[in-house]
Amino acid sequence: MTTYYSEEHEWLEVDGDTATLGITKHAAEALGEVVFVELKEAGDTFDKDDEIGVVESVKAASELYAPLAGEITEANTTLEDNPGSVNEDPEGNAWFYKIKLADVSELEALMDETAYKAFIA
Amino acid sequence: MIQFGANLPMTEPQKTPLYDLHVELGGKMVDFAGWMMPVNYGLGVAGEHKQCREKAALFDVSHMGQVELHGEGAAEKLEAIAPSAFTTLPVGKARYTFFTNPDGGIMDDLIVSNAGDYLYVVVNASMRDQDIGHMRANLDGIEVIELDRALIAIQGPAAETIVSAVAPVAADLKFMESTVADLFGAECRISRLGYTGEDGYEISIPTDRVVDITREFLKQDDLEMAGLGARDSLRLEAGLCLYGNDIDNSTSPVEANLNWAMQERRREEGGFPGAERVQRELKDGPSRKLVGIKPEGRAPARRGVEVADKDGNLIGAISSGGFGPTYGGPVSMGYIAAEFAEPGTEVNLLIRGKAMPATIIKLPFVQQNYKR
Repeated sequence: MTTYYSEEHEWLEVDGDTATLGITKHAAEALGEVVFVELKEAGDTFDKDDEIGVVESVKAASELYAPLAGEITEANTTLEDNPGSVNEDPEGNAWFYKIKLADVSELEALMDETAYKAFIA
Repeated sequence: MIQFGANLPMTEPQKTPLYDLHVELGGKMVDFAGWMMPVNYGLGVAGEHKQCREKAALFDVSHMGQVELHGEGAAEKLEAIAPSAFTTLPVGKARYTFFTNPDGGIMDDLIVSNAGDYLYVVVNASMRDQDIGHMRANLDGIEVIELDRALIAIQGPAAETIVSAVAPVAADLKFMESTVADLFGAECRISRLGYTGEDGYEISIPTDRVVDITREFLKQDDLEMAGLGARDSLRLEAGLCLYGNDIDNSTSPVEANLNWAMQERRREEGGFPGAERVQRELKDGPSRKLVGIKPEGRAPARRGVEVADKDGNLIGAISSGGFGPTYGGPVSMGYIAAEFAEPGTEVNLLIRGKAMPATIIKLPFVQQNYKR
């Protein structure tokens, strides 16, 4: 499994043509205390840059944009009941979606961990 | 809108005398109304909010404008531009008021204290240039002196213990009372008021002493720094208006539920800009009202969100909204057509294309806790 990162501060842990998607620790820290999460549902398909959720912190509302095209196979609905988990474990238990990628080659446009670390530095 | 783009130099944001201390203490600094101010520190917005409700928090509000009005008849002249009673304001008392425009809208809200020989006025940071110009233009023969002083707010149930430990007179003040006192050897003005809904003080301090005095206060275990983020969620839960959001040049004091700030004599006499509209709305009722709006779900309804009745007709909009850490859920205020303004009325909020249920409530969301 390989982890990719987007410029919108999402992480994708990829296994073949499936992936788990969440927001990075850096994003969670910048947002501040998350108080509300709105998710799409399993079965929803999306194109790159489509809005696929909303994350609201005490400071502001932020949309979550798809870093590539695909289909949601599972949404982590525990986030809707416990939005604070996004701050506690953004790169672990507080994942947002399991997705099926439409086109694996779209991953090439994303960053690896080293590149992402340089991006946020 | 009266704006001041023409005479506002588009330069670097200004810094308060506490800027370096904010940075040292981990403040996340942003440009607010032309001032570099902390949004929050390490505790975070919700943590600082709860700190203020449960113990005490210290806010830097030095970006607000502090003004003295000197000269014969200052109180009477001020009544010509603001609809509150100042000629009857006793020495040592403070009063919340606002400047009205000729259409009965609100130019800014402010606090006026009777300091004995002069009036002491505190205005919003974003409006200080407008307000000072407005007073200079309209208060004939009155000297309008902009003070170069710092201002901090210590707010919360522990504020009295913290402040009176160094200035015992602070314990004798009641809500909306103000006095001059010695604080660590500096002459300061201590006023028992604030904008969080909690008991507390605003303290005007000589600029060259504010850093060391703030450090002295922070030695108290029950006191932590808090930023603009907590200040906003605290005042929102307490149902207090933010200028530019909940009140502005288009909203009248009657619509904004600020009748209490216009004393009876002034309501009857008029004699302030826009008195005609204010008196008409007092008599007939306003066409819209500022109300508390409680979203039934978890989604915060922020400024700009439209409000519809249960048949889908637009009846208003959110003026301020967010998450209330003490309330434990989303909290909003907004202007609603008067016939829907009754507490208990069920409405819908149009959030991201969806109709989300909400209920009109009587403000505040969290009870104010003043020492009267």
